[in-house]
Amino acid sequence: MTPPVTAAAPAPTRSRRPGAADGGGPRARLGRVFQHGGWFVAPFLLVYALFLVWPLVSGLWYSLNETNLAGINTEFIGLGNYREAFGDGEMWDALGNTLRFTAMITPLIVVTAFGLALLAHNIKRGKWFWRLAFFAPFLLPSAVLAELWRWLYEPDFGLLNNTLNHRVPWLLEGDWAMFSMVLATLWWTVGFSFLLYLAALQSIPNHLYEAAALDGAGPLKRMWHITVPMVRTITGLILVLQILASLQVFDQIFLINEGGPNNETRPVVQYIIQQGFTGYRIGYASAISYIVFLLIVVVTLARLWLVRNREENIR
Amino acid sequence: MSALPLAQRIRRNAGQIVLTSLGALLAALWLVPFGWALSTSLKPEGDTQKLPLRWIQSNMNLDAYRSVLGDGNIPKWLVNSVIVSTGVTLLTVVVSALAAYGFARTDFRCRRVLFGITLAGIMVPGTVITAPLFANVRTMGLVDTYWGVILPQVSAPAMVFILYKFFQGVPRELEEAARIDGAGRWRIFGQIVLPLSRPVLAAVAIFTFIASWNNFMWPYLVTTDPDLATLPVGLATVQSSFGIRWAQLMAGALLAALPLLIVFVFFQRQIVRGVAHTGIAGQ
Repeated sequence: MTPPVTAAAPAPTRSRRPGAADGGGPRARLGRVFQHGGWFVAPFLLVYALFLVWPLVSGLWYSLNETNLAGINTEFIGLGNYREAFGDGEMWDALGNTLRFTAMITPLIVVTAFGLALLAHNIKRGKWFWRLAFFAPFLLPSAVLAELWRWLYEPDFGLLNNTLNHRVPWLLEGDWAMFSMVLATLWWTVGFSFLLYLAALQSIPNHLYEAAALDGAGPLKRMWHITVPMVRTITGLILVLQILASLQVFDQIFLINEGGPNNETRPVVQYIIQQGFTGYRIGYASAISYIVFLLIVVVTLARLWLVRNREENIR
Repeated sequence: MSALPLAQRIRRNAGQIVLTSLGALLAALWLVPFGWALSTSLKPEGDTQKLPLRWIQSNMNLDAYRSVLGDGNIPKWLVNSVIVSTGVTLLTVVVSALAAYGFARTDFRCRRVLFGITLAGIMVPGTVITAPLFANVRTMGLVDTYWGVILPQVSAPAMVFILYKFFQGVPRELEEAARIDGAGRWRIFGQIVLPLSRPVLAAVAIFTFIASWNNFMWPYLVTTDPDLATLPVGLATVQSSFGIRWAQLMAGALLAALPLLIVFVFFQRQIVRGVAHTGIAGQ
């Protein structure tokens, strides 16, 4: 995309990229690089380079070293950290917990968000109230979420057990604890996907429904043949965002139960943090980070591939 | 409406009643945790663990709120959170808007390559770079400083992309007209493009603010000084020292939740639009 010609229009024979054709000293060249737009992007690029690109690159370097938090006693060990990680049962357990969490929460979020959005979209009165009710938990800091749910899950005095009149070991047994994390997370985060669906529903043209109704399609048929296909893109987006977020889950599990009982809910990010900050092994922590990163890249690329395929099919 | 046959109107109203009741039931279920926290926070400490549980009782009072606010820590963390979140939001909006405009509407060497690198950054999950980021921030001497908390949260390539998309849609004729009147790039940006972009800037600002206000991991890792703790970090670390004083915990939790709930009530429309926008931009 080329910008509009500048006020002092250059001769037509000149290259469209200012300064691309002629030489000059390094100083002059630098001046030309920034001549038009460089200064706009410079502040961002500086912050971006310092706090995203550099850590990304240095993390790769750390992962090839046996190193500690202070950066002293660094020793190049090649793929040693990776080899250790692949043989580390605790790493696999933590990764398994993360994947289990992801597999449980993702479909739940999609279905719940869609259901709530359908409801909120079709009720004519008090739209602001439904939005507020279902979205409000998303605004809570994770520490607050953790306190609320620890209190609800409390075995003796918790609201849940006393309402159900049954002593459910919410946070005390591994499988229950994972389910409890999923439940709290669903309550906490579904509002975001709910709003995405709500926006998508609003953008479906009404005449589609009217036409279908004239053809005698009932509400269920209309939903299945119009609504569901029309929100398919958003569904795909929610799926991927949810998987990516779940692979990085940490806050609520750490804060509610510290990954317990017996590390049975401990997610891989918590293991990374523990290795890096409690065990002072930045190199090993970085290596596991890169393994997670690889997973995330695979999910992202799979999505790009799917979207491209679909576009080609439509064509 | 009134032209519809009576039977159809009745059917439509009945549908609305069913939907509304279902909605009310679910909304009530959704709001239970807030309600229970409120109820607990109003009880005397000795009554929070009394069975059978009661939602309302006669001796409810504001003691828990008084002791939480009188403690001094929560107001201090609140100030820290305001400083950090405001700083992150202002810097992110300024830096991202400039960069987005630079990428969308100006030319300079390596623009495409640099933009590509920026887009690739959207894929990089924050948690993956946490450990090396901490090591680097430490070498910069920023551990236990406001800058150390704020600056790493400012590099938000996704926000640049959202604004980039928007700036691309601003009609070029406006800029051309201003240029003919002799305005430079910076004036065009400041006086024509920015005012047009108010809604999307608001969305970016609100989202950055929410994310930063609720960010737990980074402030938790980069500050050890309790005087620098943000609200989420402070609340999380104090849980154990409060022991099982649930009334105070719940009062603190509700106080911490309040600022963003107020923000939401006031900016509901922008937030809803912002979610839609962010979502669509992410495709």
